[in-house]
Amino acid sequence: MTAQSFEQHFQDKLDNEVSIEPRDWMPDDYRKTLIRQISQHAHSEIVGMLPEGNWITRAPSLRRKAVLLAKVQDEGGHGLYLYSAAETLGITRDEMLGQLHSGKAKYSSIFNYPTLTWADMGAVGWLVDGAAIMNQVPLCRTSYGPYARAMVRVCKEESFHQRQGFEIMMRLAEGSETQKKMAQDALNRWWWPSIMMFGPKDDDSAHSAQSMAWRIKRFSNDELRQKFIDVTVEQAKLIGLTIPDPDLKWNEEKGHYDFGAINWDEFWNVVKGNGPCNKERLAARQNAWNNGAWVRDAALAYSEKRKERAEKQAVDAA
Amino acid sequence: MSTQHSNVSTYQPVNLLYYTLQLADTALINGHRLSEWCGHGPILEQDIAISNIALDHLGAARSLYQYAAEQFNNLNEADKKNAFSSPLLQQVVGAIDEDDLAYLRDGWDYRNLLLVEQPNQDWAYTIARSFYLDTFNFFFYRELTQSKDKSLAAVAEKSLKEVTYHIRWSSEWIIRLGDGTAESKERIQNALNEYWRFTGEMTHATEVDNAMHAAEIGVDLAKVKANWEERIAKVAEEATLTLPTGGWMQEGGKEGRHTEHLGYVLAEMQFMQRAYPNMEW
Repeated sequence: MTAQSFEQHFQDKLDNEVSIEPRDWMPDDYRKTLIRQISQHAHSEIVGMLPEGNWITRAPSLRRKAVLLAKVQDEGGHGLYLYSAAETLGITRDEMLGQLHSGKAKYSSIFNYPTLTWADMGAVGWLVDGAAIMNQVPLCRTSYGPYARAMVRVCKEESFHQRQGFEIMMRLAEGSETQKKMAQDALNRWWWPSIMMFGPKDDDSAHSAQSMAWRIKRFSNDELRQKFIDVTVEQAKLIGLTIPDPDLKWNEEKGHYDFGAINWDEFWNVVKGNGPCNKERLAARQNAWNNGAWVRDAALAYSEKRKERAEKQAVDAA
Repeated sequence: MSTQHSNVSTYQPVNLLYYTLQLADTALINGHRLSEWCGHGPILEQDIAISNIALDHLGAARSLYQYAAEQFNNLNEADKKNAFSSPLLQQVVGAIDEDDLAYLRDGWDYRNLLLVEQPNQDWAYTIARSFYLDTFNFFFYRELTQSKDKSLAAVAEKSLKEVTYHIRWSSEWIIRLGDGTAESKERIQNALNEYWRFTGEMTHATEVDNAMHAAEIGVDLAKVKANWEERIAKVAEEATLTLPTGGWMQEGGKEGRHTEHLGYVLAEMQFMQRAYPNMEW
């Protein structure tokens, strides 16, 4: 086949909704875009363990402690599937982690916000996982097969996470005055960062158009953001909490909620590293990696010794 | 759950409560310590594995606390008053539950082994602690499945399946670190030496241990000790490590006398219940 026919073949698959598999020909930029996106996604899962992990040792009941630990552990599992999916594109997990630790690779900015009270475990589950689900459900049909399949598993668990977050909020909202205040305070702090999770407005999104054409992305940032707001506002009403946006209003004509201006200056600053916890999150990952170096070395040395011994035994036996 | 112990010698009901709490507190504090690794492990797969093990211990702790709460609620008023020193627990109106036991008792009412409250420090210390404990748990719970107390026997049955995985996991790490690099060998050897002094307590019988063993509810710790010694020696040999022998042992955990570390574990773990008392979460 000529270069052109390779490209045509690839395009035909996209047009016919046939998934692209690791051994298929694909344009270099498609590969690069996927590596960037999947590794960012994997990093987000791993860094995302930190803000919630912050409350495992302080959870207010044994049941909450167990559920939270299981949830954060699930996120580690998601990271694992996603790193594996990215590896099918010709990059190793160590290379990806190197990019995370050097600051070259990004992760979702939401995890650069602090978890200050127990209610934040509710808000993170409800809003952050809720927003993640909106983003991720369409990825179950993304054009790259290994990514789509990883996302099917991730999404199943995420919807459980979101429910447990909402349940924490609900319990607080029907609790004492202090608990209600704690829930509202968490919503106030997490609302705007959550709706920023969908990324810049469509007009300002650098990678969106090409990703849509490649069917990596299925809906635009603004579409998903609107959908999230419409759903979440109703959930907040249900438990008697107030969305911290004075401009929020139902628009009969559009059939959607209108909402206030997003502080994009804050968004870009957090992306650039100026969020409240960027330094702490990155340092925690770097420390885990650096402190674990001797452990990984030992595991490798041991497995090599075992291999050598097995080979020697085989030779001696022969 | 019900307590069935016909044909057993007499014992104070509070002894069974304390015995149950020895196990529950050890499981909780160990699970808590292991959970501190979540998100910070040296390898993603091991981060997940250690969180999984922490969850097993938390699960066992919950079953045991539920059983302990049931026992406490059935004590006569005088025993209830004397069972614990924590004022908040005495102020609970009506029946207590698993969370009251975990979150409202201070250190002197905690009966966990000193070993499990020791800090994680690094992967080597964590593995050394787990190796000593998991090996003990394996033989202990195996015996406990024969307990005349059906509730404890049921917990033991379930725990044994989990502990069988735990002992394999920590033993494999002992071997990997011992027979890995020069650095890993030195680190795990130091950790094993350092935490050795907390191992005597595991199999040293207290009055409660003796009363429960006599009643055929508790296990024969001498038997557990022999099995434990044999197993750890075997693993250490494969790991090319040298286990310490004898020496002065630190004790007191099972009777509420702890190291300084437990206070900080509790201060952190119980923070919510202390700062926001009497609320549902």
